[in-house]
Amino acid sequence: MAYSDKVLHYFRTRPNAGELDAEDPNVGTGMVGAPECGDVMQLQIKVNDDTQIIEDAKWTTYGCGSAIASSALATEWLKGKTIDEALKLRNTDIVEELSLPPVKIHCSVLAEDAVKAALQNLQEKSGEKTTAAAAGSEG
Amino acid sequence: MKTPVYLDNLATTPLDPRVLDAMMPFLTDKFGNAASRSHPYGWEAEKAVDLARQQVADLIGAADKKEIIFTSGATESDNIALKGVVEMYAQKGKHIITASTEHKAVLDTCKRLERSGVAEVTYLDPDRTGTVTAEMVSGAIREDTILVSIMGANNEIGTIAPLAEIGAVCREKGVFFFCDAAQVVGKVPFDVEAMKVDLAAISGHKLYGPKGIGALYVRRKRPRVRVAGVIDGGGHERGMRSGTLNVPAIVGLGKACELAKDEMAAEAERETKLRQRLLEGLRAKLPEVYLNGHAERRLPGNLNVSFYGAEGEGIMMGMPDLAVSSGSACTSASLEPSYVLRAIGVTDDLAHNSIRFGIGRFTTEEEVDFAVEQVVDAVAGARDISPLWRHKLRDLEKEGVTVAPGSQVMVPDANEPAGAGA
Ligand SMILES: Cc1ncc(COP(=O)(O)O)c(C=O)c1O
Repeated sequence: MAYSDKVLHYFRTRPNAGELDAEDPNVGTGMVGAPECGDVMQLQIKVNDDTQIIEDAKWTTYGCGSAIASSALATEWLKGKTIDEALKLRNTDIVEELSLPPVKIHCSVLAEDAVKAALQNLQEKSGEKTTAAAAGSEG
Repeated sequence: MKTPVYLDNLATTPLDPRVLDAMMPFLTDKFGNAASRSHPYGWEAEKAVDLARQQVADLIGAADKKEIIFTSGATESDNIALKGVVEMYAQKGKHIITASTEHKAVLDTCKRLERSGVAEVTYLDPDRTGTVTAEMVSGAIREDTILVSIMGANNEIGTIAPLAEIGAVCREKGVFFFCDAAQVVGKVPFDVEAMKVDLAAISGHKLYGPKGIGALYVRRKRPRVRVAGVIDGGGHERGMRSGTLNVPAIVGLGKACELAKDEMAAEAERETKLRQRLLEGLRAKLPEVYLNGHAERRLPGNLNVSFYGAEGEGIMMGMPDLAVSSGSACTSASLEPSYVLRAIGVTDDLAHNSIRFGIGRFTTEEEVDFAVEQVVDAVAGARDISPLWRHKLRDLEKEGVTVAPGSQVMVPDANEPAGAGA
């Protein structure tokens, strides 16, 4: 199967590949997919405490070229966005941008799921933070 | 060196220039119909077909060249063998024994026969090396078994079947033995007499002959095998396969068989060395390389390995200068990894990560060395961005386990198979 130029571009340049410190309270980590299915994606976002803007995003992906390109593209889009804006990311946008064929649509779905999982993880963490802060003020 | 380097000789092989030379006159001046009995055009075509029939028969040790039926390829031969025997011997029984790792041309034909109610099929699961043993076959034979269909060597993992042993069991029990020999003919010794094979499928393009031509061996004596034709018409090929003979392609197949007979032994030795060079080259630089299939009893040119943490298609994309294939789900529309790897018990964390290399007659040492470099870079690149690889590596490092070139610590239970030392 021939890849679109965009997929090849992201596969080769790998923007934002890597990891952020998962222990950082401002970092949300989402890990989706399964080795049995041949795709596993880890996507991380770091949110600025004051501005609530995503200031960094990183990915690592086990999978085919389309899965790799989808995660790289997603992180590019996330940077500089607010959490609300990030929640609006749709897999169909990825399909369009990368010209993914039907058999590769699941790669874009995985990327959308990874973004949501990372945001959810962040939310859970900030929940803990506020409880911790509340507990702190009581004590 | 021409790139992409072609290392997919199990999918198809290039035409040997000597084969093309033999075919050329029959693509130009000598265009006669081999069935034309009334003029020299027909006679010379018939003579050429006769010679080719003999060349094919000689390569597989057939007693009589009449036992060779020309077809369009191994797929068609598989269809005729299975459907033809089932139809012809319906009175005797309807049970077929085959293996879950057979080529789709066999499996899907069996499925169709089952669906239409004319056959019952037992699918044997091979062991971890991909081997179906004579004992497994023997254990599955019933009163109403008419046919055992086991491939000579698997096209994905390269494991060679114990054909002589399976043939002996079948002969003893009075069951026909059909072998899809597309991958073995011309690669390793294959002899229908010594191995007691009753029917065999051969493909031209797997042994440096043209595409779209193949043969079916059908034994004529002790025992005589009869098959009903699948394609009806002018009654060519003793009624088993009608249709005007593809003379140039038949000439090419014959020539390819003649060359294979002369050069097979030396070629097998050369390819085995290149295969070892490839595997050793990869393991010298990469950790966590797992062999799929049998360590020794495999096609000389076949190497099938899985790289922990790096997905097959992702690997291939990282080495555009190599033409290989993968059992990764992503290379098929079905999103399922290779059913062959599944059937031999390769775990999910390795099944998607396989690369199949097919070394062939024209593969050079330089190309193998180039391949090692390309694969090492592609796998390292894929692992570098793989969450599975990174997490596993961190876990093992915490435990003090070393992951170094040649290591196999990430999937410890994958270490036993492969018949090492066998
Ligand atoms: C074992 C086996 N059987 C059958 C076939 C089909 O052969 P052909 O392409 O000649 O129809 C192949 C090749 O793909 C094969 O490897």
